[in-house]
Amino acid sequence: MSEVLVVVEATREFGVKKVTLEMLTLARELGTPSAVVLGGTGAAEALSAKLGEYGAEKIYAAEGDEIDGYLVAPKATVIADLVKRVQPAAVLLASAQEGKEIAARLAVKLDNGILTDVVGLDADGTATQVAFAGSTIVKSKVTKGLPLVTVRPNSVNPTPAPATPAVEQLTVSVTDTDKLAKVVDRVAEQKGSRPELTEAGVVVSGGRGVGNADNFKLVEELADLLGGAVGASRAAVDSGFYPHQFQVGQTGKTVSPQLYVALGISGAIQHRAGMQTSKTIVAVNKDGEAPIFELADFGVVGDLFKIVPQAAEEIRKRK
Amino acid sequence: MNIVVLVKQVPDSGADRNLRTDDNTVDRGSANNVINEMDEYAIEEALKIKEAHGGEVTILTMGPDRATESIRKALSMGPDKAVHVVDDALHGSCAVATSKVLAAALGQLNADLVICGAESTDGRVQVLPHMIAERLGVAALTGARKLTVDGATLTVERQTEEGYEVVTASTPAVVSVWDTINEPRYPSFKGIMAAKKKPVQTFSLGDLGVAPTEVGFDGATSAVLEHTKRPPRSGGAKITDEGEGGVKLVEFLATEKFV
Repeated sequence: MSEVLVVVEATREFGVKKVTLEMLTLARELGTPSAVVLGGTGAAEALSAKLGEYGAEKIYAAEGDEIDGYLVAPKATVIADLVKRVQPAAVLLASAQEGKEIAARLAVKLDNGILTDVVGLDADGTATQVAFAGSTIVKSKVTKGLPLVTVRPNSVNPTPAPATPAVEQLTVSVTDTDKLAKVVDRVAEQKGSRPELTEAGVVVSGGRGVGNADNFKLVEELADLLGGAVGASRAAVDSGFYPHQFQVGQTGKTVSPQLYVALGISGAIQHRAGMQTSKTIVAVNKDGEAPIFELADFGVVGDLFKIVPQAAEEIRKRK
Repeated sequence: MNIVVLVKQVPDSGADRNLRTDDNTVDRGSANNVINEMDEYAIEEALKIKEAHGGEVTILTMGPDRATESIRKALSMGPDKAVHVVDDALHGSCAVATSKVLAAALGQLNADLVICGAESTDGRVQVLPHMIAERLGVAALTGARKLTVDGATLTVERQTEEGYEVVTASTPAVVSVWDTINEPRYPSFKGIMAAKKKPVQTFSLGDLGVAPTEVGFDGATSAVLEHTKRPPRSGGAKITDEGEGGVKLVEFLATEKFV
């Protein structure tokens, strides 16, 4: 069977991201998964056990400052060379900022079609995408070149299939044009131990009804009790209650967790666009007419400052 | 500094949006078409740079005739002029072909800096800035939440999932921005009046040296096979808190095995 290249998404702090495991799971249906690790020196070594656990038969590694010190262009060059050499059945990347950017450059370099935000992929290359804030399901296909696809997090249930991957170090030969955008600093911002927003199985979000930044502690407490991530509506972010990187909605992150808890969020279209494909939705809002209740599988009309602490207490009792 | 801002007309994301049943493209006919929201931040950033460093701001739009409305709206914020790439053969173009057309147009505009929104609210594909940079062989500084211009040196702060990166490049370059970068101005009455007289040059594919077979459905590198509307979600149980709301919420979560 042909190789399927899976471009690994990982973070320094948490290692291989869940979307990578989803991609490896998906890749096994299409061919033999090969993971591609692009990063600083030693990156592949740190990730190989996890990649093997989910079925990577091979790991291609491109490491060093030439890769890590610039925005995505060198990574795209390395992958384009690899694609030309191994002629894979498909190339999968994560549907996140960097994955989409690498895919964009690959599409131009290889004169190849590209599909983003894919939630399912058949063996014949037919992809399922969700468009217009989850309101439309699209079936599509790359018609020129190989399936070059970015996969949206939380689309596939990752399942292990242990393999023992051989690591092949790639020669990195990038051009000066690849090195035009230089990364001069990377600053980590405090996030604690919560799961990443787009990958979390549970997301607890607060809106304007939370009232102020300090009150977001309530949202965080419930998120921690449920093992979830914290999100915020645009209204809450614009009011300065919570940082922008946690914004869920049309102009923020799109999330699709098993459980979405909306606290003090009215459910404007802007917000629904980012969360309405969640499996189960629960809402607390003092306005019984709030549109969020049209989506919620379970809604409580009332004061979130009474309901949320009581719910937190009840979860603690049951633990 | 010669700045070109890419502006896309999109169906209003605040209303119901559809794909056409005949060819699976975005239904623009029945929609309220507006400037892609993220592009307004790109225009604002371009105007701020012009105000601080001098130069000229040009709007570049690829789209059907009716995109003219969005071009005038963009000009009313303050840019100097606009270029509209319009050609019937463009209907149905994929992202790869779109980047080819825009890169060809940019090739004629001699921009020091190309600014655009990080994504459009219709496709949310986020690939065009890098595709264009790849074609032009210039730097791409994407996903900026802050942009600093110092002579020919550009520095951006780019949000990542772990924090942020500081990335730098020399002009010419493509910069894409998120809505965290600034607060776009509203067009003034004077701006709206002035926009009516600002020059809008149109380019056909022939003007750009792009063959009709390279774009549209003929030149598309991907195809939508079919689409279906998803049934709207329906609400479930809704209770009013009478002192036990928190407990009832957890009982629901427990039946769904979240607790």
